[in-house]
Amino acid sequence: MKKDIILSTKGIGKYFYEPVKFKAIDDISFEAYKGEFLTLVGKSGCGKSTLLYCLSTMDTAYEGQLYIGNELITGKKTDELAAIRNRSIGFVFQFHYLLPEFSCLKNVMIPAQKLGKYSYAEIEERAYQKLEALGLKDQALKPASKLSGGQQQRVSIARALINDPDIIMGDEPTGNLDSKNTAIVFDIFKQIAHEYGQTIIAVTHDTDFAKASDRTIELADGKIISHDLKFE
Amino acid sequence: MKKESINVEIARTHIRTRRKQTIVAALGVTIGLSMYIFSSSLMSGFSKYSKTEMAKTIAHVKVYKEDQISKPLYNYADSGMVLISNPRTVTESKNINDPYTLLDKIRQQKYVTYAAPQVNVDMFYNNGESQLKGIGSGVIIADADAMFNIQSTMLAGNLQAIATNLDAVIIGKGVAEKMNVGLDDNITISSSQGIVKVMKIAGIFTTGNKSIDESKCYIHISTAQQFLKKGATYITEIYANIIDDDKSIYYANQLQQLTEYKVEGWETTYADTLSGDKIRSIMGAIIPTVILLVAGFGIYNILNMTIIQKMNDIAILKATGFAGKDIIRIFVMEAVIMGIIGTGLGLGIGAGLIKVLQHVWVGGPSGYFPIYYKLSVFVSAAIMGMVITVGAGFFPALKASRVDPVDIFRK
Repeated sequence: MKKDIILSTKGIGKYFYEPVKFKAIDDISFEAYKGEFLTLVGKSGCGKSTLLYCLSTMDTAYEGQLYIGNELITGKKTDELAAIRNRSIGFVFQFHYLLPEFSCLKNVMIPAQKLGKYSYAEIEERAYQKLEALGLKDQALKPASKLSGGQQQRVSIARALINDPDIIMGDEPTGNLDSKNTAIVFDIFKQIAHEYGQTIIAVTHDTDFAKASDRTIELADGKIISHDLKFE
Repeated sequence: MKKESINVEIARTHIRTRRKQTIVAALGVTIGLSMYIFSSSLMSGFSKYSKTEMAKTIAHVKVYKEDQISKPLYNYADSGMVLISNPRTVTESKNINDPYTLLDKIRQQKYVTYAAPQVNVDMFYNNGESQLKGIGSGVIIADADAMFNIQSTMLAGNLQAIATNLDAVIIGKGVAEKMNVGLDDNITISSSQGIVKVMKIAGIFTTGNKSIDESKCYIHISTAQQFLKKGATYITEIYANIIDDDKSIYYANQLQQLTEYKVEGWETTYADTLSGDKIRSIMGAIIPTVILLVAGFGIYNILNMTIIQKMNDIAILKATGFAGKDIIRIFVMEAVIMGIIGTGLGLGIGAGLIKVLQHVWVGGPSGYFPIYYKLSVFVSAAIMGMVITVGAGFFPALKASRVDPVDIFRK
């Protein structure tokens, strides 16, 4: 089976200057493929989150190159990067980060309204579909702050999916969830990757979660020590 | 949907969920603006009132013969000789030559509303032993009334009496009191030329200005010429009113081209009074501007607080694809909404204050409070209100646009 590269890095490195100069990640080169469920693991402080934020295009202070598709991302202006994130990357964070004043539906709709590809009615329809797929249709009009943690995390997944991005990035997406909700989120991710061909790149310290993903990259002291970690 | 609308929608939601703070921020603008409108209108009302008061006795433009200084008959400057001379005023007569031709010419100008000739006479009022110095204005009453609205200053008697009766006089209230005379009494008037006439008091007026009321009287223009022993073409001054009393200097210069006599705008004549006026209106503008600036800081503060509390939201918006300029738009929009609410209320309350004060009776010659609606005040208030709020919103918005989402997510 031929694998299409959706994201690749060449020699990415990043320094932190506080409290002392220190290289957080060093010479990271890897490729992520279309429809792949990829996890990044490593001990606390190994640089896995730092790497994810470099991949996310939000952190631009790194050396090396980042490609999404065949496009060189490194060196683009922040406004262009914002547009790329809007179009091609969805985010799921550990602390769901919904906008508390808005309803769940609205939270899901906002990135799509920003993209402006569809009419308001179509966006609303699509947002309902995403929420329905995640079992949240009846919660759609509630304020985001009124939902449980697991439900909020599913809303943020719906939000990440609304623009049908090529890549969905997760920073400890299950870090704050109980095992039942973790299982739900995991199933959703797997479905997204395998049925819809979107790529998942998730940072996790949950071994079970990583074990069940397609491929696991392990980092230690800012370097990749395994591109396809096999669990015993 | 359009890109713009989601920014506006977010701004609106922020405002809606923070009603109290929005109202507090807007009220600062409201108070500043209503004070600005109120005091600016008050100042312009006072200026207008004092101008109308002045216009009762002075014309917008005055044409008269200026005193001349004697000049040496021969110019010695070229010959190298030094002439020691003693220059002095050599005005032979205050008369304007051929006044009626000039008057016609002035009346033909499009910007002149009224023009009237006048002959001023220095005189004494006599009643038995008592004597009072005064000035007589010899006028054609119809013209003078049209210009100075003398009718509105009349306390008693009939203005039209001096239109035809050469022996009638209309005296100031102060003159009547000092000379102890009333309507239809006789008064003896003597001029500096030695002419003495017994005249009948046909009316009494008051201008509200004591020194004028105690010296001035109106008489027929021919009577004034008789007092000066002059003929019917002897005119000392021509007064003209123009369409815009704020531009008397400009129009005086225009009229100057018609004649060799001196043309002077009232703003030149009364420059001292007007400069007082100007200082008053500057003071009246400074205080509310300061209030507005404070209100601006209020908005700045509230938006700054909002932004600190909304760091997470800003980070998530940026992560999901909102650019720095979108964030600026959202928060500036919030300032604009606060500004619109504050400005709208401010304009309303300002207008209300004016309406209330217009019905406050001050008494005396001023009557009701001299305060008016002036469109320019409202327009400049609205512009100021919006500029200050947008300015106050811009800096916190800029700060928000610089929030680094990675910093927030990694905490």
